[in-house]
Amino acid sequence: MTALLETKNLEVFYGDFQAVFGVDFHVNEGETVAIIGANGAGKSSFLKALSGLVKSRPDGILLDGKPVGGRPAFDMVKSGIALVPEGRRLFPSMSVADNLLMGENGKSGDRGWNYETICDLFPILRERADQLAPTLSGGQQQMVAIGRALISNPRVLLCDEISLGLSPAAVKDVYAAISEIKKRGTTIVIVEQDLNAALSAADRIYCFLEGKVSLAGRADEFDRSQILAAYFGS
Amino acid sequence: MSQPIPTAAEPVASRYTVRVATRTSRIFTVIALALVVLLVFAPAFASRPMLQDLILVFLLASLALCWNLMAGYAGLISVGQQAFVGLGGYALFALIIVGGFDPLLSIPFAALIVALLSIPVGSLVFRMQGAYFAVVTWVVAEVFRLLLAQWRELGGGTGTSLPRSATGDMFGLEFISELFGVRSAAAREIIIYWAALFTTVLVVGGCYYLLRSRVGLALRAIKDGEVAAQSVGVSTTRIKFGIYVFAAFCAGLVGAIYFLQTSRISPDAAFSLLDWTAYIIFIVVIGGLATIEGPIIGAILFVLLRNALSGFGPWYLIVLGVLGIAVMLLAPKGIWGNFSQFTGIHLFPTRRHLDIAPAKEQNK
Amino acid sequence: MEHLNTIVQGILLGGLYALYAAGLSLIFGVMRLINLAHGDLIVLAAFVLLAMVTALGLPLPIALLILLPFAFALGWALQRYLLNRTLGDDILLPLLVTFGLQILIQNGLLVAFSADSRKLSLGAIETQSVNILGLSIGVVPLITFAVAVIVLGALSYIFYGTGLGRRLRATSDSTEVVQLMGVNPRVVFAIAMGISFVVLTIAAFFMGIRSNFDPSVGPARLLYAFEAVVIGGLGSLWGTLAGGVILGVAQAIGARINPEWQILAGHLVFLVFIIFRPRGLFPKQ
Repeated sequence: MTALLETKNLEVFYGDFQAVFGVDFHVNEGETVAIIGANGAGKSSFLKALSGLVKSRPDGILLDGKPVGGRPAFDMVKSGIALVPEGRRLFPSMSVADNLLMGENGKSGDRGWNYETICDLFPILRERADQLAPTLSGGQQQMVAIGRALISNPRVLLCDEISLGLSPAAVKDVYAAISEIKKRGTTIVIVEQDLNAALSAADRIYCFLEGKVSLAGRADEFDRSQILAAYFGS
Repeated sequence: MSQPIPTAAEPVASRYTVRVATRTSRIFTVIALALVVLLVFAPAFASRPMLQDLILVFLLASLALCWNLMAGYAGLISVGQQAFVGLGGYALFALIIVGGFDPLLSIPFAALIVALLSIPVGSLVFRMQGAYFAVVTWVVAEVFRLLLAQWRELGGGTGTSLPRSATGDMFGLEFISELFGVRSAAAREIIIYWAALFTTVLVVGGCYYLLRSRVGLALRAIKDGEVAAQSVGVSTTRIKFGIYVFAAFCAGLVGAIYFLQTSRISPDAAFSLLDWTAYIIFIVVIGGLATIEGPIIGAILFVLLRNALSGFGPWYLIVLGVLGIAVMLLAPKGIWGNFSQFTGIHLFPTRRHLDIAPAKEQNK
Repeated sequence: MEHLNTIVQGILLGGLYALYAAGLSLIFGVMRLINLAHGDLIVLAAFVLLAMVTALGLPLPIALLILLPFAFALGWALQRYLLNRTLGDDILLPLLVTFGLQILIQNGLLVAFSADSRKLSLGAIETQSVNILGLSIGVVPLITFAVAVIVLGALSYIFYGTGLGRRLRATSDSTEVVQLMGVNPRVVFAIAMGISFVVLTIAAFFMGIRSNFDPSVGPARLLYAFEAVVIGGLGSLWGTLAGGVILGVAQAIGARINPEWQILAGHLVFLVFIIFRPRGLFPKQ
């Protein structure tokens, strides 16, 4: 069986600086995979490459076994890879509804996600629809960011540090939503520094260390010390 | 990218030496000094048209260097330098016609007046940034053009000429006239030629000194990121303002010298966007932005082009426009920038090199 | 009554300035670019209208309607194939390229049409006026103002009422994030420039009817447009109308005192705004 999304020997460069070194990675249809690792381990760079924000070699990224690397981000989302960017990055001059609807431009099919179903998932957004995005709380903003990516009906939803800067209660809400999204069949890749959140949500994990994969496998297959060793590189 | 060539002249006292000069640049310094001496004596052997072309090269190169200092180093993009050229010209005419001062001695005073005026003008235009700054400088130049068109004593909108009596007994005229055995018109041109040469030397020296000083380092920091520069304690606004005033002073000098030579001024000529900004930008872009050599080369090339093509009227300007846009898009470093990148030659090196002796040298 | 008349004339003149400014404001709002050739493009459009009327014998309003789609296409292409290549972190490149365009357009027009002063003619309606509250008001200035309001209303609708407007606003907020939404910012920029060209062509129509023009008058149009945008508040569409009106009234009052002071008065009011309200009347956020 071909993986839904796969990388082969993926390398990511920012000019002369190399952030990711030859990463092999895959995620199967319906799976949730978490990428964990310390600050600067190359996790976000990896997601940026998957989403097309950073250029990579064409055969480095395969979707359904077909090379899609090197495509610009606006093509990637249309072929079904949507990113919830780190720091949420909502459009500050626009309302919640406009932010969500903006996501429709990247539509890659119909897997049941639209403005209504997203507002059913996050009822608070329906109440706040006309408010400017920056007036929302951090957790609510994260919901908008997830909804905005989800509304494109992606085959793979990439989530970059969605718990960062949120209160524990908000983290719980956000991950409850993630598991609901998973339940409805969407394939998810999360990048996460919060180990507990990552381990509870994921079927499989990859641990990144200095731009390379230091550990990979089922989420329940390792004990705490193995993961910490891969995480900090001792 | 420069060629760091370690020289025997430098004692390897410590393991690290900060070095700005290159061997090429030291050889060039000698050549440059010789060239300046040669240019000083040029009136003795050069023809009058040649001198006139050189005057134009000097004045345009001075303006281009200043514009380059602002845009290429301080991030100040002005399309309103004609304000200060025009004010320099008008200040000179006012000093001569209204004040009855000697024309030659009026030149530095005219420039000084312009520099003083640039302080309030600067505090106004500095309220805007980036592209807005550019257009506001242009509005200010228009305001001066319209205001001076109201000055009846200097001819209002149609302008005025210097009276023969004033230009006829300029300081030093008689002496030069006898020294070179020429008539007073030619002698006047020689004095103006020297003034123009002096201006260029002043501007080149000023730019070179400034860029090699701590201010130059600060400017590089500003270019790399204003916030970063401020966070390491560089007062970006003060440096930018200083450069703005310096550029205004030099533009004032240029205006005073240029309009002394033509002996005629009008608001449209004095505050011409085309002559004092469009051409200057072309010169800097063609020659090479953010280099000292570029604007000088650009000015020489511009005067050659002008002599060859100015008979073609608007077509000449169309060629300049296309050439300018093409260079900006295809070779944004200009002639000198590309040459220097290709050969590693810097005649006016302003970057510092950290030599780690005696191990192999740094290449950045 | 005389004073009131001056003010009313100034307000109506402001409509024309708002038309000059609307396209410039749009471009700045979406891509933070000041198109220094904006004024010259207005003059270019006026000359093209003139040529369509004289060479093809078309009635002027028909010529305008025919020209508008071509104007959009030209603006689109200019952005797509030239100006998009200048966009980056440095504002120098787009400024200088549009500055170069200005020189090209002015001198191209000189070659094609000579330096002679021209005018567009709309026939008898130009001299007609209506009486409102005892003031005799020209029909053409009234139409200009009405069209300015309609154009700004239409732009407002596009911006805040359509999917395209959402893309325009989002691109203005972040050119990177819109890509994650499947939007190519370069395409959005090209569409914005196309719209700007449509608006500046409409402005050219009214400029040509209301005053003489020659290849050299573009820069002044750019400055009026810029001043209206800044006075109104950067990126605010209706502010642009207010800015145009303030500029128009200032010029009308200046001209009333001394005809030579018309332009100067406008510039001075603008500079006063820069000192006391540099972010304009209705700044965004």
